[in-house]
Amino acid sequence: MKLLNIIYNGLVRENPTFVLLLGMCPTLGTTGSAITGMSMGLATMAVLICSNMSVSAVRRIVPAAVRIPVYIVLIATFVSALQMLMAAYLPALNATLGIFIPLIVVNCILLGRAEAFASRNGVIASAADGIGIGLGFTVALTLLGACREFLGTGKVFGFEIYPETYGSLIFVLAPGAFIVLGLLMAVFKHFSTR
Amino acid sequence: MLAMILVLTSVGILSGLILGWVHSLTEGPVEEAARRARIEAISQVLPPFDNDPSASVVDISVSGQPKPFRVYPATEGGRFVGAAVESYSMDGFSGEIDIIYGFDAEGAVVDYHVMHHAETPGLGAKMEQWFRMPEGHRSVIGLNPATARVAVTKDGGDVDAITAATITSRAFLGALREAHEAFEIYKKQQNS
Repeated sequence: MKLLNIIYNGLVRENPTFVLLLGMCPTLGTTGSAITGMSMGLATMAVLICSNMSVSAVRRIVPAAVRIPVYIVLIATFVSALQMLMAAYLPALNATLGIFIPLIVVNCILLGRAEAFASRNGVIASAADGIGIGLGFTVALTLLGACREFLGTGKVFGFEIYPETYGSLIFVLAPGAFIVLGLLMAVFKHFSTR
Repeated sequence: MLAMILVLTSVGILSGLILGWVHSLTEGPVEEAARRARIEAISQVLPPFDNDPSASVVDISVSGQPKPFRVYPATEGGRFVGAAVESYSMDGFSGEIDIIYGFDAEGAVVDYHVMHHAETPGLGAKMEQWFRMPEGHRSVIGLNPATARVAVTKDGGDVDAITAATITSRAFLGALREAHEAFEIYKKQQNS
């Protein structure tokens, strides 16, 4: 029950994108389509679960003065391993996400959860937090990607809803990312504060 | 103090070991994936052939160009039917563009495949499809750079630029002209 609560917390109450406003760089950069947004969310979730669990496992033996360097080394290790695995087994996806995979290292969601949650809780609870926050991030990125893809190209997950010529290109480009993100945040706020 | 040094050092060593292990695990598959992508692109842009173009690859330098071009010759029944040329351009809108062009024996474009680019989605990125669309004068398929003017109409050429992405179009057609030049040099080398 407590674990479900932690996951719900990450998905809704402390949603990293709509409530905490963390990790904006990949949020804006990789959501040109629903599928890239979802892939980025899942990649971040995988790293977040691993980093949360390992930070939690070493939390009692790491001196407070060097905790941040230790967290960063752990996060960077998982990100590098993930990138090598993606280059080997999902080369097309790796090429699409490009620089944003190595940039997961400096995604403040990871360091934020390591400091705020994993360094104070057990391994299982930290894994649950990783799943919750990761799911929240993935859902937000998929939603944002789907809206931008729909408005910009008339497709959702690559399936054509209306002809591309009626789409407005701005939603696929960077300014559209800000506009759609702002609107989605307003919608999220409206339903979560009622 | 000692605890800090110990912890940081052991975390560093452990992470290095893990990364080394994952690297040794993925090294083969990474190379394999890149090789397969290239072979697939080469067979897409060439006319029908029955040899292994990667086995007889030649590097051709073109004067004035920073890097040599890789030429993959294709033969059918021992007869030369064309070649795929790995070309590139530094003149794109963002970063290097890598494209493989296929030519038939006379030097006309058979097809092309964009291997790598970082152009703007929805604008320059359209080059992956644009230059083989039948509308207007978009397509470069069948054009022979030896006789056709391979440049955008704005520059007095025969090819329609991508709407709102003239820079990318110029880079694409420039890479095509250089690929063709490398192709001609290759043919001359073979005949002499």
